[in-house]
Amino acid sequence: MPYIGSEDTVRDLRRVLSNPNVQSDQLRYRNTILKVIRAMSQGVDVSGLFSEMVKACATVDIVQKKLVYVFLCSYATLNPELSLLVINTLRKDCQDPNPMVRSLALRNMTNLRLPSLVEYVEQPLTAGLRDRAACVRRVAVLGWAKLHNLQTNSEIDAAVVNELYSLLRDPDPVVMVNCLRALEEILREEGGVAINKPITHHLLNRLKECDIWGQCEVLRILQRYRPQSEDELFNILSLLDVSLISPHPPVMAATLSLFLSLCSGLPAVGLAALERVRGPLLAACGNTSREMQFTALCHIQLLLRSLPGLMGEHYKRFFCGYAEPAYIKQRKIEVLVELVNDDNVAILLDELRGYCTDVNISTAHAAISAIGRIGRSYSDKCLEILTELLGLKQEHITSAVVQTMRDLVWVCPQCSRTVCSAVEGCEAEIQDSQGRHALLWLLGVYGEQVSSVPYTLEVFIDGVRSEASVGVKMELLTATVRLFLCRPAETQDMLGRLLHYCIEEETNMCVSDQALLYYRLLHCGIEETRKVLQCRRSDPSLGVLIGRPAEPINQWSYIFNTLEPLRPGAIETESATIGGSPEHMTFDPKPNNDLSDTLSYSFGKTVRSVTDTALQCTDSSSDALTASVSAPLSLSLSPALSPEEFEDLWLQQQALHVEQGPEKIKAEENYVYMEEHVQCPTIFRCSPQSLQAAMQLVNIQTLAFTPPHTLPWRVYLYTNTQNKHSADTCHGTLILGELLYTGEEIQKKSKDEENVGVEARQDKREEEREEDTAEGRSEKERVKKNTAEKGIKVTLKQQPRDEKALKGFLSVLTTVLHALSSEK
Amino acid sequence: MISQVFILSSQGDHLIYKDFRGEAGSDVVNLFYEKVTALTGDQPPVVMRHKDVHFVHVRQGGLYWVATTTADTSPFTIIEFLNRLTALVKDYCGSLSERSVQMNFALIYELLDEVVDYGYIQTTSSDILKNFIQTEAVSSKPFSLFDLSNVGLFGAETQQSKVAPSSAATRPIQSSRDQGGKSEIFVDVIERMLVVIGSNTSLLSLSCSHPSEMRIGLNEEFSIGKSQLRGYGAAVRVDECSFHQAVRLDEFDSLRILRLCPSQGEQTVMQYQLSDDLPSAPPFRLFPTIERDNGGRLLMYMKLRCDLPPKRSVLDPTRLQSFSSELNLSQELSSPDQSAELQPQSRAVVWKIPRFPGGTQLSALFKLEVPGFSSASMLEVGPVSLSFELPKITATGLQIRFLRLSPFQPGPAQRWVRYVTHSDSYTIRI
Repeated sequence: MPYIGSEDTVRDLRRVLSNPNVQSDQLRYRNTILKVIRAMSQGVDVSGLFSEMVKACATVDIVQKKLVYVFLCSYATLNPELSLLVINTLRKDCQDPNPMVRSLALRNMTNLRLPSLVEYVEQPLTAGLRDRAACVRRVAVLGWAKLHNLQTNSEIDAAVVNELYSLLRDPDPVVMVNCLRALEEILREEGGVAINKPITHHLLNRLKECDIWGQCEVLRILQRYRPQSEDELFNILSLLDVSLISPHPPVMAATLSLFLSLCSGLPAVGLAALERVRGPLLAACGNTSREMQFTALCHIQLLLRSLPGLMGEHYKRFFCGYAEPAYIKQRKIEVLVELVNDDNVAILLDELRGYCTDVNISTAHAAISAIGRIGRSYSDKCLEILTELLGLKQEHITSAVVQTMRDLVWVCPQCSRTVCSAVEGCEAEIQDSQGRHALLWLLGVYGEQVSSVPYTLEVFIDGVRSEASVGVKMELLTATVRLFLCRPAETQDMLGRLLHYCIEEETNMCVSDQALLYYRLLHCGIEETRKVLQCRRSDPSLGVLIGRPAEPINQWSYIFNTLEPLRPGAIETESATIGGSPEHMTFDPKPNNDLSDTLSYSFGKTVRSVTDTALQCTDSSSDALTASVSAPLSLSLSPALSPEEFEDLWLQQQALHVEQGPEKIKAEENYVYMEEHVQCPTIFRCSPQSLQAAMQLVNIQTLAFTPPHTLPWRVYLYTNTQNKHSADTCHGTLILGELLYTGEEIQKKSKDEENVGVEARQDKREEEREEDTAEGRSEKERVKKNTAEKGIKVTLKQQPRDEKALKGFLSVLTTVLHALSSEK
Repeated sequence: MISQVFILSSQGDHLIYKDFRGEAGSDVVNLFYEKVTALTGDQPPVVMRHKDVHFVHVRQGGLYWVATTTADTSPFTIIEFLNRLTALVKDYCGSLSERSVQMNFALIYELLDEVVDYGYIQTTSSDILKNFIQTEAVSSKPFSLFDLSNVGLFGAETQQSKVAPSSAATRPIQSSRDQGGKSEIFVDVIERMLVVIGSNTSLLSLSCSHPSEMRIGLNEEFSIGKSQLRGYGAAVRVDECSFHQAVRLDEFDSLRILRLCPSQGEQTVMQYQLSDDLPSAPPFRLFPTIERDNGGRLLMYMKLRCDLPPKRSVLDPTRLQSFSSELNLSQELSSPDQSAELQPQSRAVVWKIPRFPGGTQLSALFKLEVPGFSSASMLEVGPVSLSFELPKITATGLQIRFLRLSPFQPGPAQRWVRYVTHSDSYTIRI
């Protein structure tokens, strides 16, 4: 902030400073200098007083010296020539008997940041390294780092580096830590200070002497060390155990960071360390400093990614206090969502409900969407609360609730009935575009369930001229066309009006193009329109994936104890929060999305390219492959299956299977039992996300997973097949599947280790496909012998039965599994 | 690694600016203030970023204490450092405020110079620092007639002179140098209550003005954790407990004695936490009745009971209540020295009770006019949150049995032991 009268101030100060009477009176002199510094820190440009201040430097008064140095260090770069005058005083001070004066002079000599002065500084710095007083050595060591950074392109003086390495054995712990810091800076190009075994053990042994800052620094630098043997590693870990539960959060965090980097190959040890820091982290959450609480919360969120159950019983620690700032409240709400379990869900929801009426709007929104997230597992209770909130008739709450409900319905379609009755009549309160966007989507997709939808949409259509948001207009178009499909009589007239307005008068290209598209689509006939607009109402992939699957620690360990987790939105939630659900993040015209669902997958071609990467393709799968390539097969994800439906179908088939036993397969017409063995031992280490992505590429939908690395490892999946060779009859079949990897148990059952059994059951409803299943069985047995080495047991169910399609599907599945495991 | 440290007043005045590494210009100070003021909402996030510069700040004493740093720095370290810096400034200047920082800027520059060199934290121990710090603190305490009341008539000792003023511990540590070795020890047992369903965190803080070895005896029945029960009767139990590193615990297990050699200034000796069940009943109970009258007004009848032993009075309890839209308030309070007002910004009714003796009961009736009142609006009433300070009471029952100094102590030291319980967040749901 520049002062208006800054020139006057400087002139006055100069007059006083050069007054000999003032100079002889120590107190007055010091007070004048104080005034200069004060002006300087207030932002006044006092650089003009440089020469007067240089004179003031030569004094015996240490306080005055210190003040003058503050000034000189700030302005030296502006007056390199005049700074040369100071050097003499400083060099003389370096010989002072008082160590405090020596360290002060040395520090400020290096703080002037003038490359031209380097030659004068080197000699006192070298002397400083061997000074008797530790405080001088501390300064001298760091001084070399400053000097090096002043002239980065100059050569590194090997003598100095050696001297610094030998000072690692200095009795003063701060000197030792400063040596590490200085070497780190000087040797940056070579990757920092060399951390070998003797240095590591020396540092670890002296860790206790350092204060917390030194400990943090040492622990950070030790992260580069890789122990040579497991014994050494565990020795180091047991040495560090004390600092892991240190009451000082910085030490605790630095130790955990070191632990995680040392144990990157031993996930179990890492997890045990996380358990160990629970206490200190929770204590940090109760720290008096809000900022420290916040930091601890952000890091707890990281830990929860790998150990979701870590804080389960301590959920009360994350309840918000009344006076806490919004940023802490919002993080606490995020943590609370992760901690929900059957026991505490009632208490947690009650607590979260209290936050929904928070004065801070963003906190209220965070609480509402948190309830929505919990609703994925406990939908009844959450919907009750959300419906209750709608009764408040508060603009921002209603909007947030509708968006949350939209997100919830997308994941749990079974909630649609409750949601539809709840959102009825709340259009008047919603003012913001996000909320209206969500409401329109709900009304369009579930239009047939809500009686008043046409009237609601009519109000929107009448007001479309004054609508500002492009997104809302496009959603309105889609919703109206969708409604037209299920309730044509009531909607026809308003749809006409809307299309007319959008095509004739609307200036926004996106909206008018979308309207034109719908207009032409409707020309093609109602069935065509239906095919395009019948969108997915939910994302089946999210159905059973409640809670995040535990991630391996190394997914986040590199950002642990950095500023990264503290940044807003650094910890991504598993799906979109308020703002847009997966389908409507963009203003993309819906048809694109919907069409992609039904896009048939040209199977033969792609599989061949996949097999290239699958090196260890077994006989059986290549057999199946050749068999299936002849018959073009397409897999598709629609119609989608909800987890509940899947479970019903699966159990129904299971019962049949148990009742009749595998022997009776032949007798049962619509039932086939088949097993396949795939050599892909590493597949269970694959992350669920990549497996899901890979499966989705070939239009197989995965429904539920166990986390990776657990035994038994299971995946449930399904797909729909369409046989193209008999296009006239066009019978699609539904295949349900289970991948099971049990490790030990399977090994005993089959002769060899780790078998992948693919067990396929087929429902046969079509009479013409009554072929003998014995062939399938014999093939199964053969397959078992051939590839009984390592594998996953797969159980498949098909409905109606289609042998060829099933085989084709199997080969697709095996190729994907191979591709995935060979990637590893 | 810290590249700059600066202190800003809440109006954005530059109080202190120190550049340790000369990597970024001083315009970052204004940049930071712009970022802070550009944000709506009550408080800016702790970490903010502008290109490569990361700002980490804490707010203490109404000031922004900011450090700029790089992305891979430990946030725990930076925040702990800033907190430690505020504590040091408080120790050296007596109190933390814009005024005291302004008056002592030379001292703070000196402190910063010793504490951080080239962006690396050197030491924050006040024992080491006191050898280096030369500038005398300027006390910002304004002259007050109240101070005179401690002096008895004609020098006679009055009742009041036996009680240290509450601000006695907040003075610069250096000024005690001049007082001819007069040493004083203040042991504060401060408990913070976080009651929603009932959890409690507390801290035992010690402020001391002369280094000497001393022993603090805690209640003998003090126990940590649930399994450990000592003797019969009401044990004083805490869940977790951590000690300052200087505390020697050799006698703690058997005799519950902490031995330590404190350095000058304030330090936290012991920090303990207790969750779930409090040994004593919560200090306040509220009996609310909320109904609508015929005119569509909302009637809130509040009965607040203080369950503390009689003669213990409570200072400054406030009741807060969140509520929705614009409304008018009329009130009937049980005593004239209380007051109640409506704060439209936070949508709350605030009821102030200056003094609340133990074992008594207060009541109030608030009538609120709410436009467009519906039965659903009842949901929005509450929660009630209380803020208060309970002197001479600890919720856990922790007490200092004795405070003994080592026999080699030069001259008698004054010892003060204070107990206080603060409400960090005392929320009652309606």
